[in-house]
Amino acid sequence: MTTPTPRTRAIAVAEAKPALPRHIKLRHDAGRGRWIILAPERVFEPDDTAVEVLKLCDGERTVHDIAAQLAKDYNAPIMEIEGDIVQMVQDLADKGVLRL
Amino acid sequence: MNEIEPVVAEGAHSSSSGAEGAQTSPRIAEGAQAWPRADHSTEPACGRAPMGLLAELTYRCPLQCPYCSNPLEMDKPSTELSTAEWQRVFKEAAELGILQLHLSGGEPTARKDLEELVKTASQSGMYTNLITAGVLLTKDRLKALQDAGLDHLQLSIQDVDEANAEKISAYKGGLAKKRELCGWMHALGMPLTVNAPIHRANIENLPAIVEFAVAMGANRLEVAHVQYYAWALKNRAALMPTREQMMKTVEIVDAAKEKYKGIMVFDFVVPDYYASRPKPCMGGWGRGSMNITPSGRVLPCHAAESIPGLEFDNVRNKSLSDIWLTGQAFEKYRGTSWMKEPCRSCDRREIDWGGCRCQAMMMTGDPTNVDPACGLSPRHAEFVALATAESHVTTPPPFVYRRLGGTVG
Repeated sequence: MTTPTPRTRAIAVAEAKPALPRHIKLRHDAGRGRWIILAPERVFEPDDTAVEVLKLCDGERTVHDIAAQLAKDYNAPIMEIEGDIVQMVQDLADKGVLRL
Repeated sequence: MNEIEPVVAEGAHSSSSGAEGAQTSPRIAEGAQAWPRADHSTEPACGRAPMGLLAELTYRCPLQCPYCSNPLEMDKPSTELSTAEWQRVFKEAAELGILQLHLSGGEPTARKDLEELVKTASQSGMYTNLITAGVLLTKDRLKALQDAGLDHLQLSIQDVDEANAEKISAYKGGLAKKRELCGWMHALGMPLTVNAPIHRANIENLPAIVEFAVAMGANRLEVAHVQYYAWALKNRAALMPTREQMMKTVEIVDAAKEKYKGIMVFDFVVPDYYASRPKPCMGGWGRGSMNITPSGRVLPCHAAESIPGLEFDNVRNKSLSDIWLTGQAFEKYRGTSWMKEPCRSCDRREIDWGGCRCQAMMMTGDPTNVDPACGLSPRHAEFVALATAESHVTTPPPFVYRRLGGTVG
């Protein structure tokens, strides 16, 4: 009767393909003029850059792809961005907000 | 001592959002924004419009747990809001800015129209969370709720020891039904939170409860020490753990958080009888969330009816936004202007908001007093002594089971 689920911690690496699970919703809250993440019993307010990253977390792009895209958009060094994104993705995966 | 986050009131902390510093720097090339070398972590959001709504759809429930948060005198089933009334309320709630809708009870699945209500709420854009004991659900009904747009389900368990679970809930065979439900949840790919109210009668099983949640495939586990209001208050002497027992749960949860990092998220609610600072009850009165009773009364918190002198509006007579903005019960203890000393000049007054008004009322007879859970309360020592004495009684009193129709005797 027990339900076997993958019970290992997902580790964020450059090849990881992060995505929002179906029950996590990135939504624009028009009334408050900001983006929010709706999660079980939680509401998170991602900052502007986190929103840019999350919009690209489609389960197809890798962390590296996302970093490359944002490096172009922001005219910033990819190495720096990739490091930031790995950290952010790991943090959100541990909170159950992203799956890898 | 460790991270303890409120479960009921989302966005309870007034946080500085991580957005500052993310603006365009004048030195950056045209069309590009600065990539802020900053922590992109997310912060709990907060706002002036309410974010959370707890809708108590019915007080009917097949379980009789002695720590139920429902009032001792419950609305009769015949007075429950109709399907159309709840649907209107949910649309109003979404317009008002509510982001999270918690469908609770009693046992919300006792409402035959639950699928319709979920559908309306979901279509209105709210995140829908079903808070259930799970024993009335069938696989087909669960699927129908998923199809209606249900985002998340929170399953309460009484214990993982079957005989003890039956004793606590006064309900036979519940645990087997919950296991079965978890299997269906897994098969349907639905996210599961297990909620375990913790008290003297099950506290020693906490390690097994954690393992149960992992085995059931839960994404989250709420280890929620019982909060002593309503039925739990009536049963406090049977439920209150000792300080040592409580501290042991802190250790167990801390170790489990580490062990299951990235696998299961934990929420931990401690009993405030052993705290030195009060909890920011509801994230502040009338600040972020509200409750609606089965018959439509709108409350700042589920125990607010224990405070005399408050007038509760009903959604049958007024719009939800009117009630939130101008309702007497919401205005009465909103903000800080109602405060007396030591709250008034306390530098934590906008952190814990003076704690819990209901508990201040209960202990001191005046809801504007500081919560006795606060070390600054003149009644604090007495409050702690009460818990200490009750928790050390060798033979605790029998449970007074939660029954519709109020307390008899």
